[in-house]
Amino acid sequence: MGRYIARRLLLTIPVLIGASFLIFALVYALPGDPIRALGGDRPLAPAVVAELRDEFNLDDPLPVQYVKYLGDLVQGDFGTDFRGREVIDTIEQRLPVTIRLTIVAIAIETVIGIIAGLLAGIRRNGFLDNLVLVSSTIVVAIPILVLAFVAQYVLGVKAGWFPIAGITEGWYSYLLPGLVLASGSLAYVARLTRTSVAENLRADYVRTARAKGLPNRTVITRHTLRNSLIPVVTFIGADIGTLMGGAIVTETVFNLPGIGRAVFDSVQAQEGAVVVGIVTLMVFFFIFFNLVVDVLYAVLDPRIRYD
Amino acid sequence: MTNLDLSKPTSDAAPAGTPLLDVDDLRVEFRTRTGTVHAVNGVSYSLAAGETLAILGESGSGKSVSAQAIMGILETPPAVISGGGIWFEGRNVLEMSAEDQRKVRGPGISMIFQDALSSLNPVYSVGFQIGEMFRAHRGMSRKEARKRAVELMDRVRIPAAARRVDDYPHQFSGGMRQRVMIAMAIALDPRILIADEPTTALDVTVQAQVMDLLKDLQRETGMGLILITHDLGVVNEVADNVAVMYAGEIVERGTVDDVFTRPAHPYTEGLMGSVPQVEAKGGRLQPIAGQPPNLARIPSGCPFHPRCARRRLGAEAAPGRECSTDVPPLRLVVPGREAACHYSEEVLGVRAP
Repeated sequence: MGRYIARRLLLTIPVLIGASFLIFALVYALPGDPIRALGGDRPLAPAVVAELRDEFNLDDPLPVQYVKYLGDLVQGDFGTDFRGREVIDTIEQRLPVTIRLTIVAIAIETVIGIIAGLLAGIRRNGFLDNLVLVSSTIVVAIPILVLAFVAQYVLGVKAGWFPIAGITEGWYSYLLPGLVLASGSLAYVARLTRTSVAENLRADYVRTARAKGLPNRTVITRHTLRNSLIPVVTFIGADIGTLMGGAIVTETVFNLPGIGRAVFDSVQAQEGAVVVGIVTLMVFFFIFFNLVVDVLYAVLDPRIRYD
Repeated sequence: MTNLDLSKPTSDAAPAGTPLLDVDDLRVEFRTRTGTVHAVNGVSYSLAAGETLAILGESGSGKSVSAQAIMGILETPPAVISGGGIWFEGRNVLEMSAEDQRKVRGPGISMIFQDALSSLNPVYSVGFQIGEMFRAHRGMSRKEARKRAVELMDRVRIPAAARRVDDYPHQFSGGMRQRVMIAMAIALDPRILIADEPTTALDVTVQAQVMDLLKDLQRETGMGLILITHDLGVVNEVADNVAVMYAGEIVERGTVDDVFTRPAHPYTEGLMGSVPQVEAKGGRLQPIAGQPPNLARIPSGCPFHPRCARRRLGAEAAPGRECSTDVPPLRLVVPGREAACHYSEEVLGVRAP
């Protein structure tokens, strides 16, 4: 297992290099001049422009720019933006916000999704099963932008139960945005768990568990749920990677200074170093959580061995 | 060894010397959207301690469903036990609370299944799954239960039990997996063991070992054994009595020796004729014509009549014994033998009463 993990971690290096180059090239290809945009309405002096262009290697061809960037990166230097702010500082400031939002969203989709899916799967075609079906269809059909505004207006402004925006109230500020962010995945987790539980309940080993005279609770939790969670864990693990990449819409509507917002703003400002730094980090998270899922897989299902 | 009192009418109350298990006029239906499937239609039998009763029949004859009804593990819905009673040690299982029924499963009646690989949970070690019996019914700690699991694995002759107790089902061979199932089923010394096609998925040499093991365990514990199978060879070797099922009914029963040498029902006769035999080497096997009936539309009269070589229809039939309209009851044909055929005497070659 250890060797497998080591091999997988080593494999992330070429992936990260490829991904960062791709992003670098995309930022390079953006139209417009980021340095001229810095001055706003007032044009910068030609000497200043030339100096900045030189400092950020903007006049070099793409491969040269990239190699210079990579050279700094392997020394742990993420570079600076055009205003001289260290990219690593931006990440340090923004990442905790996104991590908290991700934790809240994943907790909501895991706990509510699995419980709802389990109950729906046990009583197929019952009231809760239909409720899960209908509500998850609705949630999936509504764009997250609409959902975010409705939740903000109804639960935040009208009812006053949640803070409307910002992160001034600690973890509590993340509850509503977390719920909005989780809604789509929550519906999916519930449906996935439901299908998996319904299928496993018909499995021969569940019949055996009943024939053994095990109490119903044991039959459900130990012999049905555990086996049913294997596909669900896969999905949730991949979802952590996705959510760590930031949720631009949710972060914007609820004014959370997270990493998604940071990427969005820096793409607009053509801040190459910021975009590449953050997106490469996102790619790493994505790969990392996929690895975690694969390892968890072997823990949940002893038939899977990576040796 | 045979305590089955075949001279009594089948629907009567428990005979003298109450049997371990008395199934009386059991009926099971599956109610689905497309109609009702009559899987078990009035099956009665009893089982004494130490007795081996084979229930013989094709797939879909209701043999497994009736066993699952006894175990209380039918999925309801769609299954409905629509009539009859199941008396275990004098108590009607069907009238027990769910919790009392659960307590019978394991220490009272236990069951092993055909496919041990799919019947064992792939994500738990075999020791854990065997140990669960002690934890659920005896309140033992996990550690104690594991110790008992090793003892049981030894008892069912799994080599190196102590080393293999933490292995998972997929790490065992088919025969060893079935031994694990057996170890689990006998963990609490059940009074009755129901074996639902225990050897069908195994190769022949392993089949014999597993059957030997079951017989040895039965001798040690005196448990009653219900052997559900379509394998005539297995029945012949290990069973005392046999009940032949067709379309959810018992069509013939008696001691294995009697039934196998001189069948009294045309279906049993057909089964015997379709088995290769050393004496008849070179001859043609005689398959039973046609297909088993659709249990949603069981033929009128005798359910076997569309396939029966001896059927009598219309004017050929004796009064009240027309095969397509008159249902033949399970009746005593000769002492110790019951069959559900209007013309059993003819099949047996004895004079009608």
